[in-house]
Amino acid sequence: MSEETTLTDKKIFTPFNIICGIIIVVGLILTILRFTKGLGAVTNLDHNNPWGIWIGFDLLCGVALAAGGFVTSAACYIFGLKRFHSAVRPAILTAFLGYAMVVLALNYDVGRPWRLPYPIFYSQGTTSLLFEVGLCVFLYISVLFVEYSPAALEWLGFKKIRNLIVRMTLVLTIFGVILSTLHQSSLGALFMIAPSKLHPLWYSEYLPIYFFISSIFAGLSMVIFEGSLAHRFLHHKMDETHLAESTGVALGFAKAASFLMMGYAGIKLIGIAIDNHWHYLATSWGQWYLLEIIGFVMLPAYLYALAAREKNLILARWASVVAVLGIVLNRLNISVIAFNWNLPSAQRYFPSWMEIATSIFIITIGVVAYRFIATYMPILYKHPDYQEHQ
Amino acid sequence: MGITRRKFLGWMGAAIGATTISGQKTQAATTKQFEGHPGSGGVLHDITRCIGCRKCEEACNKVNQLPAPEKPFDDLTMLDNVRRTDDKTYTVVNRFPNDSGTSPVYVKKQCNHCLEPACASACFVKALKKHKTGAVVYDASLCVGCRYCMVACPFNIPAYEYNSAFSPRIMKCTMCQPRLEKGLLPGCVESCPKEALTFGTRKQLLKIAKQRIQKYPKRYIDHVYGEYEMGGTGWLYLTGTSFAQIGMREDLGNISAPQLTAGPLSDVPIVVGLWPVLLTGIYAISRRKEKIAKEEQNEAVAATLSAANEEMEKKLAELKDKMEQQKEAAINLEIKKALKEAADQAKEDDGNAPADGPKEEK
Repeated sequence: MSEETTLTDKKIFTPFNIICGIIIVVGLILTILRFTKGLGAVTNLDHNNPWGIWIGFDLLCGVALAAGGFVTSAACYIFGLKRFHSAVRPAILTAFLGYAMVVLALNYDVGRPWRLPYPIFYSQGTTSLLFEVGLCVFLYISVLFVEYSPAALEWLGFKKIRNLIVRMTLVLTIFGVILSTLHQSSLGALFMIAPSKLHPLWYSEYLPIYFFISSIFAGLSMVIFEGSLAHRFLHHKMDETHLAESTGVALGFAKAASFLMMGYAGIKLIGIAIDNHWHYLATSWGQWYLLEIIGFVMLPAYLYALAAREKNLILARWASVVAVLGIVLNRLNISVIAFNWNLPSAQRYFPSWMEIATSIFIITIGVVAYRFIATYMPILYKHPDYQEHQ
Repeated sequence: MGITRRKFLGWMGAAIGATTISGQKTQAATTKQFEGHPGSGGVLHDITRCIGCRKCEEACNKVNQLPAPEKPFDDLTMLDNVRRTDDKTYTVVNRFPNDSGTSPVYVKKQCNHCLEPACASACFVKALKKHKTGAVVYDASLCVGCRYCMVACPFNIPAYEYNSAFSPRIMKCTMCQPRLEKGLLPGCVESCPKEALTFGTRKQLLKIAKQRIQKYPKRYIDHVYGEYEMGGTGWLYLTGTSFAQIGMREDLGNISAPQLTAGPLSDVPIVVGLWPVLLTGIYAISRRKEKIAKEEQNEAVAATLSAANEEMEKKLAELKDKMEQQKEAAINLEIKKALKEAADQAKEDDGNAPADGPKEEK
C-alpha cells in the first residue's frame, strides 16, 4: 500500500499543494509581522474588544469541533458500542490535531506566549475559569497525545510501548471524558463573568451546560463530516473493516446527534423561560437568535433524524455540514457577535483580513498534518501486525 | 484489568490529594458578602462639583510617568468626544449634556477598584490583586497577556498595549498604590481644585456621601453609585443627573463578579469525583450486558442442542419401538405360519389316517 502512494504522490504541484503552499507562505509572513510588531499590527482588536476570532473561532470552535475524540472513544470503549471501533483512531487524531491547532492559535493571541505555562506551573489563579480551561486543556492534550501514540508507535515499530499504552485505553478514555466535560463547559462559563456585555439571549447560567452538550453533537457532526472528506480524498487508505463500518458510524452518529440537538434546543428554550427573556425574541437580535436555533440546530437535527430513518448517508453528511456551521455560529455569537452588543456600532469589532488569513493558515497546517499522518500511519486501517481487536 | 483499575485509583487519589494539599480555596469566589478589607481606601467623586478642567488627567499622567498626550491637557476640545481609558491614559474626564439642558456635566472615569474585582477573579496567573489599601494592583511580571480581565471588567477599564511585541502590559489606574504606601494622596485627588474628589476609607466616604445627600436633597440623586454595584466598588459617585445620562450603567446588578462564576467553579470537583464512578459504572454495565448476552447465547445453544438430542432419542426410541413391533409381528407371523403349517401337516396326516378316528375318541 505505501509503495502505491509514493508513486501517486510523486507529483508535487497538485492543486491541493499549490493552494496550501500559498496559504502557508502568507501565514508565515503574518507570523513574522505578529511577533515583531505586536497584536496591533495584525488584528483589529482594541480596548473594548480584547477577544477576536482567534479566540472566538480558533479556540472556541476548535475545541468544540475536536470533541469527536472523547465522544467516539467513550462510545466505543465505555458504552461498549464496538461497531464504532474503526472510527476511534481518526477521531482521536482529529481531536489531537484540533487541540494542537488551538494551542498554536493561542500562541498568536496571547501577548507573551512564552509565559503560557505560568498558570499551571508558576502562579495559579484558581479563581479563574480560564485557569480551569488552561489546566484541563493542558492535561487533555497530553491524554490525546498518548491516545493517538499507538498509531505512531505501530508505524515506527515500537511494539512493547504500543501494547502498554493500548492496555491503558479505558483509563485514558475516562480521563478524556472527565477533562473534556470540565473544559468544554468551562469555555462557556468564561462568559458568565460578563452579564453586562453578552446579549441576554445568549447569556445564561446554563452556559456551561450548553457548551458541554453542544460540544458532544459538534464532535459527532465533525466525525461524520470529516469521514465524508476522508472518503473523498483518502479512500485508498481505508481497510475493509473501516469501509464496512463507516456507513454504520455515520448513521449511528446522525441518530445520536439528532436526539442531542433536539434536547439542546429544548434546554435553550428552558434557559429563556427561566430568565423570562421571551420579549427579546421579537427584536432583531431575537431573529438572529432564532436563526441559530431553528436554522442551525433544529433543521440539522431534523435532517439527521431523516437520514437515520431512511439510511441516507448523503443526507447525514449534508446535515453534518449544517450542524458544524451552527456550532461555529453559536461560538462566534457568544464571543464576538452578541458580545458587546450594547456598544455603538463604530466601537464594534470586525476581524482584519490578516486575522482571518492567520486562522486559515492554522487550519491548513492541521489539514496538512492530518493528511500526512493518515497517509503514513495506521489511522484508517489496521496495521497488519496488530489485527486483534483494540 | 486489575492493574489498570489500581493505577487509575492511584491517579485519582494523587489528583485529589494534590488539590487538597495545595490549599487553594475556591472560596475566594463563593457567595459570601464581602464588605472590603477593614480600613481600605477609596475615593468619593462628587460629579456635581467637577468643572472638567482635566487637571486630574494631567496629574495622573505625570505621577504615573505615562507618555505625553498628543494634545496638551489644557486643550478642552478633547471633551467633545466621549473617551475611555487606554494604554496611555489611566483616567479621562468626559462631558455630558445636562438633563435640564443647563450647564454640562463632567464625569471622571478610571478604575473603580471593586471590593471583589472581576479582573482579579478572572486572572489565571494572579497578576491582578486586591490590595489591603483598597487598590487593585497589577503585576506585569506574571501577566501572560490573555486579556480575560478586559473581558471581565464591567466598567471597560483595563487597556492593553497592543503595539508592544515583546512586553505588552495591561494598563490601568492603580489608585496610586506606590504613593499611598508613601502616605501620599492619589495624584488626581491631590490636583483637583474643586474638591470633586475626596480620598478616605470607604466607610468614611459612604458616610460623607450620605450626609451630602441628606443635606442637599435637591442637588443629588438619592443613590451612592458604587455602594452596591458589582458587589461594591472603592470609588463612589454622587450625581445630580441620572446615571444613564452620564454613561454609568445601572443594570450591572449587585452581585460581585466572583459570585457569577462561583457555581461553575464549584462544579469542577464534583465532576472530578462523580464522573469516574458514573463512567466506570456504565463501562461495567456494558461489560456485564455483553457477558450476560454471551451466557444467554451459550445457554440457548446448549438448550437447542439438548432439545435436538432429546428429539433424536425420542425418534430413535420410536423407531426402535416400531422395529420391535415389526419384529414381533414378523415373529408372530412366522409362528402363525409355523402353526398353520403344523396344522396343515396334521390335517394331511389325518387325511392319510381314518378320518373318524379322533371323533370316535370324543
